[in-house]
Amino acid sequence: MREILALLQKDITLEWRNKYAFNGMILYLVSTVFICFLSFRIKANSLSPVVWNTLFWIIILFTAINAMAKSFAQENQNRQAYYFTLASPEAIIISKLIYNFILMLFLAVVGFGIYLAFLQNPVQDMPMYILSVVLGALGFSGTLTLISGIASKAENTTSIMALLSFPIIIPMLLMLMRLSKNAMDGLAFSVSQDEILTLLGLDAIVLALSFILFPFLWRS
Amino acid sequence: MTLKNTWWKILGAILLVYVSIMGLAGEVPRQPILNETIRNVYFHVPMWFSMMTLMTISVWRSIQYLRTGDIIRDQQAIAFASTAFYLGILGFITGAIWGKFTWGSALPADPKLIAVEVGLLIYAAYFILRGSFEDEQKKARLSAVYNIFAFAAFMPLVWILPRVTDSLHPGNGGNPAFGKYDMDNQMRMVFYPAVIGWVLVGIWVASLKARIIKLEYNKLNQ
Repeated sequence: MREILALLQKDITLEWRNKYAFNGMILYLVSTVFICFLSFRIKANSLSPVVWNTLFWIIILFTAINAMAKSFAQENQNRQAYYFTLASPEAIIISKLIYNFILMLFLAVVGFGIYLAFLQNPVQDMPMYILSVVLGALGFSGTLTLISGIASKAENTTSIMALLSFPIIIPMLLMLMRLSKNAMDGLAFSVSQDEILTLLGLDAIVLALSFILFPFLWRS
Repeated sequence: MTLKNTWWKILGAILLVYVSIMGLAGEVPRQPILNETIRNVYFHVPMWFSMMTLMTISVWRSIQYLRTGDIIRDQQAIAFASTAFYLGILGFITGAIWGKFTWGSALPADPKLIAVEVGLLIYAAYFILRGSFEDEQKKARLSAVYNIFAFAAFMPLVWILPRVTDSLHPGNGGNPAFGKYDMDNQMRMVFYPAVIGWVLVGIWVASLKARIIKLEYNKLNQ
C-alpha cells in the first residue's frame, strides 16, 4: 500500500515538474475543439445531437490515446530497470492505473467543459452525462494503460499504440455513446441501466486483466 | 501416423464432403425472400463457429505460453489466430453475398457485422504487433499478453451487444438461439455435421500451420 502511494506520488511529482507535457494535452483538447467549432461553423443548434455526441467521444478518445501513450514511454529503459528492482509489478500497475484514471478524468472533464463552451449544450440529463464521462475515463485509462505498456516495448510506439487500442476500445466506445445519447435525450434511468451495468462489467474485466497480465509485461 | 491421431481429420473431411453434396443438392424448405440462399446456412454460420473455436484455442495457447514459457505454445497461438482470421474473412464474404440477395445490401449496419469487423481489426493489429519485434521471446510474451487482453475485450462485444441492439440476423433482438432459424429436421441433419466438419477442418489447418511455423523457426535457429 505504501509502495503504491509512493509510486503515485512520484508520478504526480514528475507530471508537475514537466508541466509543458500537461499543458500540451490541454492545448491539444482546446485546439481540437476549436477546429471542430470552425469546421462546422456553428450557428445556434445546427449540430444534430448524434453528431454532437459522436464528435465529443472521438475527441476524448484521441486525447486519451495521446495522453496515455507516454505513461510508460516517458521514463527510459534504465530507470524502469531501477524500478524493477525496487517495487513489485502489482504496485506499479495499480499506481499507474490510479494515476492514469485521475489524469484521464481531469482531461475528460476539462474537455467536456471546453466542448460545452464552444459547441452549445444540448444535454438534458447532466448528472447522467457526467456519469458516462466518468465511466469512460475509467475504461479508457484501464485499457490504454496496459496497451501503452505493450507499445512502449515496440519500436514505433505511437503508431503501434493507436493501432492496438482502437479495435479494443470500440465495444466500450459504442456503449458509452449509447449511454451518453440516452443522457442527452433525458431518458429515464431505467432505460440506461443495461448500458451502465455493461460498462461497469467491461471496466472490471479490463482492470482485472491489466492487473493479471502486467507482471508478464514487466518481466520482459 | 496412427489411426488414433488421425480419425478426427478423416471425420472432418468426410463430413465436409457430405455437407458439400447434401448442402448443394439436398432438399431445403421454400422460404419467402430466402429461397435457395438458405443453403448458405451450411457454409456461412459454421465459419463463425469455427472462427470462435480457433480463437478460443489461440487464447488458451497464449495463456499456456505465459505460464510455461514454451515457444511452441506461442507458435500454436499464432497459427490458430491466423487461421481464425481467414475463416473470419470467409464468413464475412459469404455473409456479404447472402446479405446482398436477402437484405438488399451487402454491408448493412448490424451489430454482428460490427463484431466481426472489430475481430478482424484486432487480429490484424495482433499480426502487426508480432512483426514489430526482433527478439523471439519478447515478441511471444508481448503478443500473448495482447492476445488475451483483446480476446477479453472482444467477447462482450460478441455476446452482449447483439442482445441489446436490434439485428437483422435471425433470433436477435432477444436471445440469439438456434430454434429461431427457419430450419426443418432435414436441414438440421446437414447443419450440425457442417458445424462439426468446419471446426475439425479448421483445427486441422491450424495445426498444420503450427507445424510449418515450427519447422521454419528450427531452420532459422540452426
